Amino acid sequence: MKNPFRSEQDAFRFVWLTIGYFALIVIGSVINVWVGVAVFVAETVAIGWWLFARNDAKEAPTRQTPAASPPDEHRILVVANETVGGAELLDLIRERAGAKTVRVLVVSPALNSPLKQWTSDEDAARSAAQSRLDGSVSGMRATGLHVEGEIGDGDPIQAIEDAMRTFRPDELIVSTHPPGRSHWLERGVVEKARERFDLPLTHVVVDLDADQH
Amino acid sequence: MSAIDAAHEHHGPPPIHYSSRVTPAVLGMFLFIASEIMLFGSFFTVYFFDRVVNHGVNGHWPPPGLHRPAFVAGINTLILVTSSFTMHWADTSIKKGNRAGLQAGLLLTWLLGLTFLLTQVIEYHRLGFNTSDTSFASTFFGLTGLHGAHVFVGLTILGIMTLRAFRGHFSPEHHHGVEIGGIYWHFVDVMWIVVYVTVYLL
Repeated sequence: MKNPFRSEQDAFRFVWLTIGYFALIVIGSVINVWVGVAVFVAETVAIGWWLFARNDAKEAPTRQTPAASPPDEHRILVVANETVGGAELLDLIRERAGAKTVRVLVVSPALNSPLKQWTSDEDAARSAAQSRLDGSVSGMRATGLHVEGEIGDGDPIQAIEDAMRTFRPDELIVSTHPPGRSHWLERGVVEKARERFDLPLTHVVVDLDADQH
Repeated sequence: MSAIDAAHEHHGPPPIHYSSRVTPAVLGMFLFIASEIMLFGSFFTVYFFDRVVNHGVNGHWPPPGLHRPAFVAGINTLILVTSSFTMHWADTSIKKGNRAGLQAGLLLTWLLGLTFLLTQVIEYHRLGFNTSDTSFASTFFGLTGLHGAHVFVGLTILGIMTLRAFRGHFSPEHHHGVEIGGIYWHFVDVMWIVVYVTVYLL
């Protein structure tokens, strides 16, 4: 919902909307108490419906294409959280290493609860993401890959968008748990990323339990 | 140096990351509005509870012998709504670089706000009932007094804004102080419309 007091202009407009809202109720009440109640209910329902309809009619996000990477490099942006050290993901990245130098940026979103995100209480989430990233990036570097890592926004789509502004990837890899165990799959993160970003996207399912056995 | 190495060498709290999080200014305004809604909401809850219970007992609202000065309060409402106009004029003026408009707008807003508050104080003396007379009187003074306290705070903010405007502060590029003060003043106006309709008219 849009904040009606976001700016002085918006607040001034809200004054007039409030006057209009209550003026109709008062006019209805002068006619009859129950007419006033009916006007109140009708107006409130109409406003609620309008807010709901407006939220549904949000514009589709603009499709984004990053600037080209240097010609002698192939840049891969990997977005993963707990699955970043999975064998399937490492195999896929090695596959991509052809004649060009492969550079990998691993983004680990700082997953947080909505309440903590709202209140900016994200130190613990960032610290946990950093710990996962440290271990994973070290492991990937040990295989000879040129890997960098950074903590991203709690929203994986936003984390990709942020990373694209500085990294200029040639392709995108989203690594998730298997269906049924992945919150990202439940939220349609992969589909949203395909719609949003004009890049080849590979979805890698990493089964950490299977990897450990 | 890689990003991960850089992160390890960084001392102090982690760097601020704003991409999808609510910015502090917006969060502050949301929290402010939420706290105000709860504050006024508690007073309105008491008012409506009292009204439903006591209207059912004696069939009259307000209780017999107590008169709500709806006409004077209506004039006061017009004064406050007009002050929203002058506030908006002041904000629009500074955005266009019109310093005279900013100064006149703020001064007029302050004077109109002061008129509103003084009229309310005078009306309190002429009401003929006091806070301890009935539960209606308590809630009446509670609600209108709570709003009056907000007007007083608004007048203080407006006074500082006006002084700053006459001392050459604010510009088309830097007028955050006018913007925030204006938002508060419009909020006070909105709350008065709710109080006026609820307490004086309905």
